[in-house]
Amino acid sequence: MSLPKPVMRGLLGRRLRFHLPIAFALSIVAGAALKGYTVTEPRKQAYADFYKQYDAVKEFNAMREAGIFESVRPSGE
Amino acid sequence: MLATRALSLVGKRAISTSVCLRGSHGVAKVESYTLPGYFDTRENPLPDVSYVQNLSTEQQSLKEKEKGSWAALSNEEKIALYRISFKQSFAEMNQGSSEWKTVLGGVFVFFGLTGLVVFWQRKFVYGPVPHTFEREYKEKELQRMLDMRMNPVEGFSSNWDYENKQWKK
Repeated sequence: MSLPKPVMRGLLGRRLRFHLPIAFALSIVAGAALKGYTVTEPRKQAYADFYKQYDAVKEFNAMREAGIFESVRPSGE
Repeated sequence: MLATRALSLVGKRAISTSVCLRGSHGVAKVESYTLPGYFDTRENPLPDVSYVQNLSTEQQSLKEKEKGSWAALSNEEKIALYRISFKQSFAEMNQGSSEWKTVLGGVFVFFGLTGLVVFWQRKFVYGPVPHTFEREYKEKELQRMLDMRMNPVEGFSSNWDYENKQWKK
């Protein structure tokens, strides 16, 4: 019957003091990773690379020959 | 009414045997489920009533002894008093069980049965799918998507090699 008295108070405060810094750190890391490495930067780079070599007129003519436009028919017709 | 009030101050459930008078109509029986009950919950650690309502003679003498100095109680008497007031200790009530395995198994069984029902339905109830699902139609759809240059940067058409007319490796 000589167990030590357990901690009765301050339980929520202790939990928050432990978990909140971890939560904030993880969120910041996740945000930075998402921004810099996985989503935004690669996507920006992909768009930049695509439009560097983009010839709009050539693409338009290719699409026209494929026959998808209604205003301009392929040059054969 | 006053008698029930006095008894409820002591906290015993002997009220169930007393009668409530309503106007001049006589007695209305008090149902046991309307009275405070004993429940072992983690969220409500001190239940409304003690576990043991009708004390035996030795329990009553123990309760009398409890009114004196608690240092005079032995360890077994302290445990006996605890068990009078509570049914399960926190350790006992919080221990897990293997019930989740049964529950999960039942869930999967019903998934299987539902799958059989759905399969039968697909075969015998539903009519044919629209003609837009045929292979030739889907191939024409695909070709048109590529012709339109759908999502050419990161999406669909970015996987097609327009020079060599094939999918990019």
